[in-house]
Amino acid sequence: MSAHDATAPAHEVDRPLPPIGYLATASLGLVVVGGILLASYAPRVAPLGFATGLLIAAAILLLTARALLGRLKEFAWGAFATVFKWALLAYVITAGMIEFAFVHDHTRGSSLVIVTFMLVIFALSVPTIIAFTTARYADPR
Amino acid sequence: MSEATIVGRSESSHAPPIDRPKIQVVPLWGLPVVGLAVLFVALSIGFNWRWGLMFNHVVGGGLWTGIDLFVGLVIGPILGRLSIPARAEFSARFMPKMVIIMPTVVMMTLATGFQVARSQGNLLASSPNHAWLIVSFCVVGIMATVALGILEPANIAVLYEMNKPIPNGQLIHRLMQRFVYTSGILGIMQVATLIIMTRLGSR
Repeated sequence: MSAHDATAPAHEVDRPLPPIGYLATASLGLVVVGGILLASYAPRVAPLGFATGLLIAAAILLLTARALLGRLKEFAWGAFATVFKWALLAYVITAGMIEFAFVHDHTRGSSLVIVTFMLVIFALSVPTIIAFTTARYADPR
Repeated sequence: MSEATIVGRSESSHAPPIDRPKIQVVPLWGLPVVGLAVLFVALSIGFNWRWGLMFNHVVGGGLWTGIDLFVGLVIGPILGRLSIPARAEFSARFMPKMVIIMPTVVMMTLATGFQVARSQGNLLASSPNHAWLIVSFCVVGIMATVALGILEPANIAVLYEMNKPIPNGQLIHRLMQRFVYTSGILGIMQVATLIIMTRLGSR
């Protein structure tokens, strides 16, 4: 018997869940686009209106994902928390390094505020995606 | 990786759980190396250390591109044709290493790459390299979204699944397919990175 035969029932794999992973990934995509926009204008100041719009849209998507996550009943919260905290540690370090580079390059004022909030969303969205993807297949008990 | 586990042929949903060593999802031996890399990058940026910036960017970028190309275009297609147990056995040893290597080389490359571009004047709109640089930002942005949003979560989920007393072979197969396809996409995008970077370097 191969491991392919060694499967749990299909409904356990295909358990319908809200599109939390998609929302968090879309949020990540928007802050990546915002980051490209800001970086492509450096050392000049990028048009902050569009960057702010991307930031707000990314925040709304991530908050929606978190709200949907909070409403889940049958979910492996233990696995989610374990993966989330370690991934958060890793991506806070990464975001901190990017923030350090921007500060070192004399990014100041509104641009720095937008970069900082984008990095906060980056550091929260990636652990959310990883932890959700892992926990959705984990045993809720 | 002696702590790797294997999805054995004898496992079935009706079989009793097999007593196996657990996979270490994040290999602890790698963390001091990651810490040193982070410190090296931070010092290179902080002190505008030209050699340090160039070293981190070239070494990190070379490894990132090379690993993505090799995994996406060589390992991935081979993996896609292996039996599920063979895939699982390979993944149990391979993926924990990728969990620690890839974020480190990406961080080394990107953090110092921006500084190298700034110090060489390539960020200036008047620079002839500016347009190529923006294209490279876009390529990296797409790769980052695919890697962080799809590939890495699938890797971690596979490793978690393999740590269960009775791993779900169907689920591992599905997640591994995601790994095979996304690593192929990343490999192809790295070809674009090679063209852009060699173009930038030869001007």
